[in-house]
Amino acid sequence: MEARDAYLDYAATTPVDERVLEAMLPYYTQVWGNPNSLYRRGREAYTALEAARERVVGAIGATHPNEVIFTAGGTEADNAALIGITTRARPDGGHLVVSAFEHHAVLEPAQFLEKSGYAVTYLAPRPAGYIDPEDLRNALRDDTVLVSVMHGNNEIGTLQPIRELAEVAHERGALFHTDAAQTLGKVPFNVADLGVDAASFSGHKIYGPKGVGALYLKRGTPFAPMVRGGGQEFKKRSGTQNVAGIVGFATALDLVLAELPEEAARLASLRERIVSGVTSTIENTIESASYPERLPNIAHMIIKGVEGEAMLLQLDAKGVAVSTGSACSSGSLEPSHVLLSIGCPPELAHGSVRVSVGRFTTAEDVEYFLEVFPPIVERLRMMSPLYAKMYGSATT
Amino acid sequence: MLYSEKVMDHFNNPRNVGVLDDADGIGEVGNPVCGDVMKISIKVADDKIDDIRFQTLGCGAAIATSSIVTEMARGMSLEQAVAITKKQVAEELGGLPPAKMHCSVLATDGLKKAVDDYLVTHGRDPIAVGTIAHDDPEFDPHAEEHDDACEVTEE
Repeated sequence: MEARDAYLDYAATTPVDERVLEAMLPYYTQVWGNPNSLYRRGREAYTALEAARERVVGAIGATHPNEVIFTAGGTEADNAALIGITTRARPDGGHLVVSAFEHHAVLEPAQFLEKSGYAVTYLAPRPAGYIDPEDLRNALRDDTVLVSVMHGNNEIGTLQPIRELAEVAHERGALFHTDAAQTLGKVPFNVADLGVDAASFSGHKIYGPKGVGALYLKRGTPFAPMVRGGGQEFKKRSGTQNVAGIVGFATALDLVLAELPEEAARLASLRERIVSGVTSTIENTIESASYPERLPNIAHMIIKGVEGEAMLLQLDAKGVAVSTGSACSSGSLEPSHVLLSIGCPPELAHGSVRVSVGRFTTAEDVEYFLEVFPPIVERLRMMSPLYAKMYGSATT
Repeated sequence: MLYSEKVMDHFNNPRNVGVLDDADGIGEVGNPVCGDVMKISIKVADDKIDDIRFQTLGCGAAIATSSIVTEMARGMSLEQAVAITKKQVAEELGGLPPAKMHCSVLATDGLKKAVDDYLVTHGRDPIAVGTIAHDDPEFDPHAEEHDDACEVTEE
């Protein structure tokens, strides 16, 4: 068995596609002007910036160029949406609803708002891994300003019924934001079809550069800028624009959308192979969430009786990169809040593994993972003082 | 967070894994809810640790600290064994990331429990009782990490 380099953590980040890098390079050394300057160099950069914006506007189904605000990434877009919308709409406090399994880029601003006097509901998902629109309906209040539910969960990979959820929010007069960092380019995403008022995107999840993202803000959505200064990005996000990064983001988005239907099908079959391969060859393993609507590229499983970081490190030693929701992997105190939110007991959450595939994943990568993984699990289970006691023999 | 080479060596090639069939003392500490459980079994001869094995469910650091503590304790007197500190365990491994320091408490506590188990089952007084962190219901293995945790202080 030959050692390989099998990167299976595309939900964490992706490499920059060569075609994206090529499109970006001229904007570092040739077209390097400040897009806000009036002379030729500035105008050239401005033209590139606005052309990129038009491409993103069209790709996500927005209607006006000023509905797309470029940011320094998905986290900034999430922060800006939550804090910017709530504090402009109801500066003296109101009610915010976020799902309990949001990314920390949404949860942390929500907690910040809570400390600043906002009432926040952390809406629990159903155990299958989705937010039920009826549960949202029951959580809404007359003073609910904003609801934020992610489009696709970054750990368990389930898609959320955004259109229905947005409708429920709107019926009660609340605005709706969705974090689409994981879904953009993997499943169809159109702000008009989904009916959202705001959405966050990240460049480095779609083979674009790190440090660039975008916030969609529907025209007329109340918004107080977080980053204040020279008034760039329609006064919603100051700072000289990262032109090369933005061109990279737009190029990456074009590419991922052009390849979406075929690529999604290819990834979905790799994903199915991972889940069936693991659960059929290793006993006491299950897929974490059963909701059928899901991202094509994320397989998430519970490996009972094994600690996640130990699995991750052993896989790393074999050249395989995956991630885990165990507490130990993050240095935090508790296992993944996502798994706990869907009712997964902590002792099982510690043994979760996320395998996510992408553009450069081959069937051989997946088969290699399926070959090296069972002996790792077996070895760790043999080392455990509990496994034989709880589940019988440790051999697979 | 980076592990030292020695941690990775003990994690990838753990020493003294298993259970002694005819153990004189057994110590088990930890909780699967917290993600780590460790069991140490010892053979005692002339009040010295003659043989030792461990089993651990846990992260890389939990397995490495378990492994090194078995190496450190082998041949020690019972008094010496229970006096091994978490700091010594971490030092022996070439250091541990701050968030993993509690793993060495798991290892030292497991050893202390095994020694006391031997003493008590042989009608003698335990010597480690009172120094076993995991026996304290208030024990928070993560308490000392709070200093380095990524909590933002907000006024």
